[in-house]
Amino acid sequence: MDLDNLASLDYFYPEIILTGTILLVIFLDLVIKNKRVIGALSILGCLASLGATLQLYGGPSGFLFHRMMVLDNFSLFFKVVALAAAILVLWMSFSSREVASLHQGEYATILLSSALGMFFMASATNLLMAYLSLEMVSITSYILTGFLPRNRRSSEAALKYLIYGGVASGAMIYGMSWIFGITASLDYGQIHTALFQSGPNRLPIFIALTLILAGFGYKIVFVPFHMWSPDVYQGAPTPFTAFLSVASNAAGVAILLRFFFTVSETARDGSWLYLQGVEWPQVLLVVSMITMTLGNLSALSQQNLKRMLAYSGIAHAGYILMGLVALNTEGLQAMLFYIVVYLIMNLGAFLVVVLVANATGKEEIEGYRGLAWRGSAVPAVAMAIFMFSLTGLPPLAGFVGKFFLFAAVIKQQLYLLALVAVANSVISLYYYARVVKVMFLDFPEPSDGRVELNPSAATLLGLLSAMTLVLGIYWGPLVAFTSQSVKFFTK
Amino acid sequence: MTDHVLTYMTFFPLAGMVAVLLLPRDNHNLIRWTSVVFTIPPLLLAVWLYRAFDPNNPGLQFIEKVPWIPGYNIQYFVGVDGISISMVLLTALLSFICIFASWGIDKGVKGYYALFLLLDTGMMGVFVALDFFLFYIFWEVMLLPMYFLIGIWGGPRREYAAIKFFLYTLFGSVLMLLAILALYFSSDPHTFDMTQLIAQSAKYSTKTIGIWPFDHLRWGFQHVVWMALFIGFAIKIPAFPFHTWLPDAHVEAPTAISVILAGILLKMGAYGILRINYPMLPQATADLAYVFLAALGTWNIIYGALCAMAQKDFKKLVAYSSVSHMGYVMLGMASFTPQGINGAVLQMFNHGTITGMLFLMVGVIYDRAHHRDIEGFGGLAAVMPVYTGISALAIFASMGLPGLSGFISEVLVLLGTWQKYPVLTALAATGVILTAGYLLWTVQRVYLGMTNEKYKLMPEINARELFTMIPLGIIVIIVGVYPTVVLDLLRATLTQLNQVIVPHLS
Repeated sequence: MDLDNLASLDYFYPEIILTGTILLVIFLDLVIKNKRVIGALSILGCLASLGATLQLYGGPSGFLFHRMMVLDNFSLFFKVVALAAAILVLWMSFSSREVASLHQGEYATILLSSALGMFFMASATNLLMAYLSLEMVSITSYILTGFLPRNRRSSEAALKYLIYGGVASGAMIYGMSWIFGITASLDYGQIHTALFQSGPNRLPIFIALTLILAGFGYKIVFVPFHMWSPDVYQGAPTPFTAFLSVASNAAGVAILLRFFFTVSETARDGSWLYLQGVEWPQVLLVVSMITMTLGNLSALSQQNLKRMLAYSGIAHAGYILMGLVALNTEGLQAMLFYIVVYLIMNLGAFLVVVLVANATGKEEIEGYRGLAWRGSAVPAVAMAIFMFSLTGLPPLAGFVGKFFLFAAVIKQQLYLLALVAVANSVISLYYYARVVKVMFLDFPEPSDGRVELNPSAATLLGLLSAMTLVLGIYWGPLVAFTSQSVKFFTK
Repeated sequence: MTDHVLTYMTFFPLAGMVAVLLLPRDNHNLIRWTSVVFTIPPLLLAVWLYRAFDPNNPGLQFIEKVPWIPGYNIQYFVGVDGISISMVLLTALLSFICIFASWGIDKGVKGYYALFLLLDTGMMGVFVALDFFLFYIFWEVMLLPMYFLIGIWGGPRREYAAIKFFLYTLFGSVLMLLAILALYFSSDPHTFDMTQLIAQSAKYSTKTIGIWPFDHLRWGFQHVVWMALFIGFAIKIPAFPFHTWLPDAHVEAPTAISVILAGILLKMGAYGILRINYPMLPQATADLAYVFLAALGTWNIIYGALCAMAQKDFKKLVAYSSVSHMGYVMLGMASFTPQGINGAVLQMFNHGTITGMLFLMVGVIYDRAHHRDIEGFGGLAAVMPVYTGISALAIFASMGLPGLSGFISEVLVLLGTWQKYPVLTALAATGVILTAGYLLWTVQRVYLGMTNEKYKLMPEINARELFTMIPLGIIVIIVGVYPTVVLDLLRATLTQLNQVIVPHLS
């Protein structure tokens, strides 16, 4: 299926609905006084878009807009992820004092635009489209990072983000220009054909791919493109940090997988064969090991919980990359599975950060002292669940995610990578357990504020922790969903 | 009910946890009695299981098998045989007793009992699980409650002890996870079913290294997997040099948790080796047992005893005596003789009851004196005659006095190993003397001699404390006089297990 512009619109409802919501929010922001309505409306728009996305899922796949984009289960999966993240983050924002002080309409608009950009990232099959969608996500992210008025940290973070982003996307577009020079095409399919017919000297292709990897790596946050992340995580409004940590990472994985799939061939058993002479899996192997180790080691000494979660996010990016290094179907499935699981548990952790910051104004780990014994124990128990799930302990969802990643790696007999990864799991226990220790083993002082739960936050917290538990015991449906989603449309 | 006896035994405590969580926070007695109510059925079922278990059947009994995650061949698969039956009985008994031993906890009672019941489910699950994945889940499920139980309700250095325990054990278990995955992908069709993995055990090829000084050393896939599993289990046993978490954890943990740690958690290491390493990787077991089980076990016996002798803290002394006594288990199972291997499993059971008593004994005086300094007591026999009597029973059993259970298992182990490793047996036997040394010295310092003025009016052991110790004391005497009551359960399975390894010995 290769549709022209007009025919494509039939398969473009999720994007159309989302765009409509954005425009409506901009308009209503001018006329409506009660700003909570705007948040609710944005969520409704996302839900409608989610419905349309699921409607398309499993249906026909093909190219849209003259091969600019592709419609397949893989792209739809990442649209679902982006929407789920947007919905949960908007929901979370209701409870955030920090967000309450902002311009609600603009906040929601930019957040939804970011999600829209992720839609395009997931479905781009043209270098130009890929670059534009990546920039769309980046620019909206810069804005929201610096969205806290008169907050130096927030402004500094936004500037840092912008500069790093500029460098990374510059490197990427330079790499893309090499690819265009070598293959004379921007279309993924034609690039694939041209690359596999290219001559024996493939060093330029390797250099070009490495440069492009810089742009993707900046989104997924792997070493050495991770430097922005701790400052941005700390400076940005917390709900947006949460969005960034899960959705931006997922979209980066989407664009990475789609692009590197085109420079590989599929073997009969579903595993990937990379272009001979262009050893990008080896590069990613090393990057993955360094990323998880550096992330975990840096997280050990953090005092600010948001910064700690930033480094833990870097480590998790390293874990997720393992799935691609394995180059088999299990690995890809494990990546998608892990993205969903990570979304749930990380958003949960950030929700607790929001609740505690509301009550105490503190984001330092010290501010969590005796959280279990201050008012309701629910946030502390939920946080413990998320922390242990991030560590990868059964019977929590994080364990199942890691289990699949390890399984893919062991199947490919990459024992060194597996050993490094399990050693990292043990290291990570130390800092995740430190949060739990502070919450449960230390006792609060009278000056520590009580943490209150409002019904909306309590529902969300309950939902996220229940999902973390349930997916740790019964994950069959999610596995089915991810295995359905590892299907790329190419011809 | 009898069809799913193991499932009920495993998940009753979990239901109890849910029940406890629903109770009001301030009604401590209600929470305690609810916990009792939910640990009674597993105990009764354990008695029934003991009666219904067919000792002549070497295979698995009371099997339940339900597909859980079909795509990965993961099942809910439980059952018992001679390796696990004694551990299942021990778990049910000690869990019940420890609910009473925890009566003195009055801070965060609800959380304590909820976590305790979760721990109970995890422990029972480890001993009945026959699917590798399920086994791993239960194995890890125990970690979290243990961390909190030591970390919240423990002594002054509880945080350090809790995280040390957690990190050590997690390190071992992630290695185990890799080994599990390696076995999964080497099996055909891929499976986590332990019985199927055992059936395929013959296919792992090995080759000799052929480089001096390892000319005849065999090495291969199964040896690597064996080592990964062994490290995971050795940390739990705990075998030297992975034992350092144990004294810290024991000293800081509340009494009941020390009992559970020594009585049940330590057994899981040895149990895992017998359940998994032995039948699944028989060639590697035959090749590696001498160094990693027999020699290391002997070292454990002597090193643990010497450390125990040097302790000033009563509880730490008992902790190091555990290191020493678990050495007999390792030594016995490495002998590959029927006596040795039966002795090893009997020693696991006996150590659970005896050390349980020892920790309860320390707990009694700690609750009264609020310290555990061995030198700080003296002449307690005059003040607390009943307590001294039951303590003496525990101490003599630990020492291996004939007529008490510890004697039987140690003699069986030494008898078994003498046929294979006479030098190691001779060394291990010196451990018996060292054990007698530190225990008698302790008796002299704590119970005999001049009565310490400070403790002239120390109240006698109360009914609840007696209630926790007497059942264990009875078992110690019965097994000491008539060991067949336990040995009969083990013999058939262990003999068969031994036959799996023996052909691989060269």
